[in-house]
Amino acid sequence: MRARWTSIVLAAVTAASLTACGSSDKATIGGGAGGVSGPITVFAAASLTGSFTQIGKDFEAANPGTTVTFSFAGSSALATQINQGAPADVFASAAPANMKTVTDAGNADGTPQSFAKNQLVIAVPKGNPQNITTLAGLAQPRVKVALCAPQVPCGNAAQKALQAATVTVTPVTQEQDVKAALSKVTLGEVDAALVYRTDAKAAAADIDGIEFPESAGAINEYPIVVLENGPNTAGGQAFVAYVMSEPARKVLTDAGFQAP
Amino acid sequence: MRGRRAPVALALPAVVGLLFLVLPLVGLLYRAPWSTLPERLTEPGILSALRLSLLTATIATLVCLVLGVPLAWLLARVSFPGRRIVRALVTVPLVLPPVVGGVALLLVFGRRGLIGEWLDSTFGITLPFTTAGVVLAEAFVAMPFLIIAVEGALRGADSRYEEAAATLGAGRWTTFTHVTLPLVAPGVAAGAVLCWARALGEFGATITFAGNLPGRTQTMPLAVYLALETDLEAAIVLSLLLLFVSVVILASLRDKWISTS
Repeated sequence: MRARWTSIVLAAVTAASLTACGSSDKATIGGGAGGVSGPITVFAAASLTGSFTQIGKDFEAANPGTTVTFSFAGSSALATQINQGAPADVFASAAPANMKTVTDAGNADGTPQSFAKNQLVIAVPKGNPQNITTLAGLAQPRVKVALCAPQVPCGNAAQKALQAATVTVTPVTQEQDVKAALSKVTLGEVDAALVYRTDAKAAAADIDGIEFPESAGAINEYPIVVLENGPNTAGGQAFVAYVMSEPARKVLTDAGFQAP
Repeated sequence: MRGRRAPVALALPAVVGLLFLVLPLVGLLYRAPWSTLPERLTEPGILSALRLSLLTATIATLVCLVLGVPLAWLLARVSFPGRRIVRALVTVPLVLPPVVGGVALLLVFGRRGLIGEWLDSTFGITLPFTTAGVVLAEAFVAMPFLIIAVEGALRGADSRYEEAAATLGAGRWTTFTHVTLPLVAPGVAAGAVLCWARALGEFGATITFAGNLPGRTQTMPLAVYLALETDLEAAIVLSLLLLFVSVVILASLRDKWISTS
């Protein structure tokens, strides 16, 4: 720690003495030539919790001297935090709309890149007791269905898919995020829910995920970007590059994401 | 009394404390979209969420009064083995993160819950995703506030009045309704207000146990949370409306109590 603080102080002193040059290079904490180090703070959508934790570990192993800290939450909450000045280096959103909030506010450094896609499946209790095989099966009156609220990405996707299938579903609840919808199936409170394939895969011990063709019209893209006001821009750039690389892509596809 | 000056050692932290509590409200007022306020307030769904919030919080408070006052009396007046543990158990909903409370309620009252399964198969009653479920979730989270306030009032009240009533021939029930309750009425009122306010702001247990369905289980805090997903300003408007209504109701009730007592 002491060495790091010393380097911060040195960097600050150096930066101060060089202001006459008009250089606006972003200071990287203790950065050597080409290498990255120091803490990197990543704000990532809740649905990335499993895969990004793994990717973070792999990144740290590949870049000794770095530590990746995650804050996982709903994309919109993260976007609000970033626009209110949260000191994050990278933002990985579960929906382009929340990313747009950040880029519109001028807080992104560069253009967001899509790094993964996710699509909906029907989650049913293990063994599929109600024998639901299509979206139309959700419209039966005896079937209790949980959807995400239309305001959140998974609810938006669910609406699109249901419209594509011209099926009208009256849900018993509109959950605030996909994990909440999934847990209603896991607990047996509802007979079915529309969730992301990745969530269904993570909960495969308790539920079955049923693919349906109309989900192709409601694919959710995950964009990632380096943030303008992060304390470790070089680290952020390295992390984003790593997320776009082959080893990280494998972690994501193993979790059920599709390549962009 | 009125003209007495507060010592600096008390006045300073008091003012800082007040600022700490009030400044976030100032932040909301500052960011509120005043120009579009009328349109936003008349958007469909807002009034039904407000009505549902007021209705469920009030019913939950009544439930808490009916169940909580006797429980507080028991804790304050009857000594029984394990009273300390019971007293600690009463505060469990305070400590439990409300979302966990909601899951716990599902495990008991849910469709496959300990009691819920029996309720469903015997009476066809399912509580999750109903307005009754909202009341249940709110009462669970808010009841400790009432119990603690009433128990504190009971323990502070002089039990010799009750003994005097008993020696004059009053039965236990008469003593309770005619002596004990009037004696602790301010404590009950304060507890009910706390309970109502907590129920009104309840979010975690409600969305977990009762779900979120506009018109049926979507209370104001749930509407605020969902508005936050898409539109910060809409969320601020909803929050201010909830705050305004609750402050008006609480202030008018308070005046009523003070003038009658």
